[in-house]
Amino acid sequence: MATQAADVRVADAPRGRAGAIAAAVKDASGTALLALGLSFPILALRTEQNMANQLVLDQRWSYVAIAVLLAFLARLLYLLRLAFAASPPAPRIAAPAADRPALRLLTMAGVLLLLVYPFLALALVGRAGAIKWIDNFAIQILIYVMLGWGLNIVVGLAGLLDLGYVAFYAIGAYAFALLASHYDLGFWVCLPLAGILAAFWGVLLGFPVLRLRGDYLAIVTLAFGEIIRLVAINWVDLTRGYAGISGVPRATFFGLPFEDSDQGFAAFFGLEFATIHRTIFLFYVILLMAAITNWVTLRLRRLPVGRAWEALREDETACRSLGINTTNTKLTAFALGAMFGGLAGCFYVTSRGQGFVTPESFTFMESALILAIVVLGGLGSQVGVAIAAVVLIGGTELLRELDWTKSIFGRDFEPTHYRMLLFGLAMVLVMIWKPRGVISTRIPSIFLKQRRAVRGDLVGEGHG
Amino acid sequence: MEYFVQQLINGITLGSIYGLIAIGYTMVFGIIGMVNFAHGDVFMLSAFIALILLLALTQMLGITPLALALFIVLILAMLLTSLWAWAIERLAYRPLRGSFRLAPLISAIGMSIFLSNLVQVTQGPRNKPVPEILNGVFTFGDPEGYTVTLSYKQILIVAVTAVLLAAFWYVVQRTSIGRAQRACEQDRKMAALLGVNVNRTISLTFVMGAALAAVAGLLFMIYYGVVHFNDGFVPGVKAFTAAVLGGIGSLPGAVLGGLLIGLIEVLWSGYFSNDYKDVATFSILVITLVFLPSGLLGRPEVEKV
Amino acid sequence: MAAPAAPLLTVEHLTMRFGGLVAIDDLSFSARRGDITAVIGPNGAGKTTVFNCVTGFYKPTSGCMVLSPGERSDPAIAQLTASGRGWRAARAGELFLLERMRDFQIARRAKVARTFQNIRLFPGMTVLENLIVAQHNALMRASGWTILGLFGAPGYRKAERVAVERAKYWLDRVALIDRADDPAGDLPYGAQRRLEIARAMCTEPQLLCLDEPAAGLNPRESADLKALLTSIKTEHATSILLIEHDMSVVMEISDHVVVLDYGQKISDGTPDAVRNDPKVVAAYLGVEDEEVEQVEAEIAR
Repeated sequence: MATQAADVRVADAPRGRAGAIAAAVKDASGTALLALGLSFPILALRTEQNMANQLVLDQRWSYVAIAVLLAFLARLLYLLRLAFAASPPAPRIAAPAADRPALRLLTMAGVLLLLVYPFLALALVGRAGAIKWIDNFAIQILIYVMLGWGLNIVVGLAGLLDLGYVAFYAIGAYAFALLASHYDLGFWVCLPLAGILAAFWGVLLGFPVLRLRGDYLAIVTLAFGEIIRLVAINWVDLTRGYAGISGVPRATFFGLPFEDSDQGFAAFFGLEFATIHRTIFLFYVILLMAAITNWVTLRLRRLPVGRAWEALREDETACRSLGINTTNTKLTAFALGAMFGGLAGCFYVTSRGQGFVTPESFTFMESALILAIVVLGGLGSQVGVAIAAVVLIGGTELLRELDWTKSIFGRDFEPTHYRMLLFGLAMVLVMIWKPRGVISTRIPSIFLKQRRAVRGDLVGEGHG
Repeated sequence: MEYFVQQLINGITLGSIYGLIAIGYTMVFGIIGMVNFAHGDVFMLSAFIALILLLALTQMLGITPLALALFIVLILAMLLTSLWAWAIERLAYRPLRGSFRLAPLISAIGMSIFLSNLVQVTQGPRNKPVPEILNGVFTFGDPEGYTVTLSYKQILIVAVTAVLLAAFWYVVQRTSIGRAQRACEQDRKMAALLGVNVNRTISLTFVMGAALAAVAGLLFMIYYGVVHFNDGFVPGVKAFTAAVLGGIGSLPGAVLGGLLIGLIEVLWSGYFSNDYKDVATFSILVITLVFLPSGLLGRPEVEKV
Repeated sequence: MAAPAAPLLTVEHLTMRFGGLVAIDDLSFSARRGDITAVIGPNGAGKTTVFNCVTGFYKPTSGCMVLSPGERSDPAIAQLTASGRGWRAARAGELFLLERMRDFQIARRAKVARTFQNIRLFPGMTVLENLIVAQHNALMRASGWTILGLFGAPGYRKAERVAVERAKYWLDRVALIDRADDPAGDLPYGAQRRLEIARAMCTEPQLLCLDEPAAGLNPRESADLKALLTSIKTEHATSILLIEHDMSVVMEISDHVVVLDYGQKISDGTPDAVRNDPKVVAAYLGVEDEEVEQVEAEIAR
């Protein structure tokens, strides 16, 4: 992908192998020098506070040496691979078939796996381990899948770049927490209310900004996201600020609470009480919610409103010339995306949030993460978004499992700190590798004879 | 009145820092139409670089004249931060130029996450208290009543900002580098056809923006006396707000916007409350973009059908 | 030729200023029902600006534009103007004051469709999808504003079948039926022009505004275009407003030509009359050399 001037020179060098290697070594030495310059102060010298609370410098030149060596080797290998690759692979131009059997099979297998997942986890790792695998992995990933699908409507289909999507996630969460603590309502009553409220706010925030284009819309939505969070921090009377709202009631099984009592879920079904019942139940709740999100989105794509979203992404002016009310069309996309965000937020409180909401869960990082899932997965592609969520969230979650690295790098080594570092780097690298995401092709919503996928480079990217 | 003057001094000081960062945003947006999301983190990184260099010079090499040490720190921090910006542009943005519009933005967000976490990993997650320097103040006004103080730091910040902006203005307006930049802003393809090295011009734009951000980073570190790996985001967004308020693409606009944002923030906390000062800034960002998208000094954009 | 039909579109005293630049200066003309009315003029004469005003993409600085599908009656126009509203519904006799309506309302209610000088298709959607999007408003109603359609109501399915049939009809007419499932962005230039006309026709317009439809076409495609436009005029109740530089197209198919220069109307009449109008000749070819010399001499003095 990244055809850089230097690489081409190496590849085309008529001097033969030795020349190519020499050129590559020279180029890689430059990279190593650059790495030296970059790592000099920030990696070589660490600021530490001594006993007197003064900053002193701790020298760590070995780290610099490692970084320089890594940069040199990575560049060298990359250049040599380019220079000695048999021949550059011909770009595939053939129109991809829409019905890729492999992908469909994978999807089917994925759905089947999901349906039995909690019991599979129970069978494989036992009760204690299964809670982690269901809660930390499956439920968290599914929340992000749902958020990704919700944002996909706004960014992927309608082409409106929204950097403040977390606002609606927060609104859903706070709506539930406030309604529950003030009016004593349960999860199942609050869930639709949270969705409606988030959609309402989507329209409210969307209305003034929808005539903005491109990066400006992105920045305004970012500002809205931050405003909502800052209000949640500062409006202490309502939200209790940083302290957050705790004790939000947990979801019940159609009125049966998950507790160790005679009225509880376990007693009713004659089971022995176990906390994992709730976890498994929540897993199926979010699975259903995500499935509904997907179903609605796929359905809407085949309805006039969904086609109008995509047409809007392709060419807004042409839409207006065909009598489409672009303001309303954008607002429906915004409202629907917001609604799914709000539903996910409401669910988050009762599941991962353990009945506890603080503003800290709704930082800009969350918005960036959700957007990254959508873009890396491939705008508009439901499967792509799901894959990206599994890889990104599951991958970073797996990094938490790397305690054994302490035995290599020493006790001070904290692998979780590297989680976001690698995450950021991965975002950059995936963009360079596949700027349009993992699945970039678009499946037409209707066809006459044969459904053929549309190449990614033809699909518009939207103006907002 | 004294209170107001005091707020004015504080606002201008803060605004100078925002203005310096804002120039980086506005120049990059002007030339490649991209919001360089990582710029705020480049600024944060530069503050750390400056802090480390200051400690290294004073503690390890024992350079005692403070003015000399600060001067060396300033030059080195500008150079090293520029190197970072150059590498970032080369690695994360250039391969995506002319590609899908969202790709550079996502890449920039990824870079921003990478930079802040790199500093967290290498320098630790805690606040870094800066050794106290330049603590003197001038005091004006009635010693019985409210006095206005003007610290050496504030004088330094405003003076350094003014001198560097003048130098920068000269480069952009009077040299061939500036001309090449303006040509690329208008029409990159045509500029390339006329022999302007577009890649180098864009790299230079990033480098210049980063150099000014490094100045801001050093001044920020001295002024607040503490740096943290998360300090990139909020000043970054505020500086971007400044660039938008002034009219994105306009250099005087970025400085003007920076000063206004600094003043608004300080006056808001001085007269209303400290709690909602960031809300005020973000609201200004929204209001400007909705009602005055071309900013105070920007050129209005005409929609072509 | 039959007796002149009633005017469908009447433009009166239209003026459009951009800052200090006057793009259209007090322009009045009318387009009759069932006619092909051509607007011609040198580059920069303001033709596309007129289109953008008529289709609502620009708000004119002053002037009015009346679209009257039924009999045009001045009292009715005066009444509507006084009422402050932009249009009158079908039961009272349709009447539209275009300068008061927004772009999408003009397309939706007044049934004015347009194409663009630099083609504006939905390149990432298939040819068929482009034509289905054009029928958005009808389908939206049929889908019960999405609610009924979401649950697969039979009414919507039927409406979609009708929409596909209409799309197929127009694809046949513009010879694109074999490419229905290809992305619009993959079509060659001439085919994209045809598709844009087909898409506009799928909105069932009563006035079709074409902005340089023959630009970039080869002679064969140009001939096909002439046949297509003539048949649209005769077979469908659609009048055409046309901007075109290709004089063979303009002279052969239009019933009425309006000539603009520097935003002003310099000639108005049948193709033959316009062709022989000395002002038109002067605008296109410039004035004779002697006259220039005469003027220069006057300035020198």
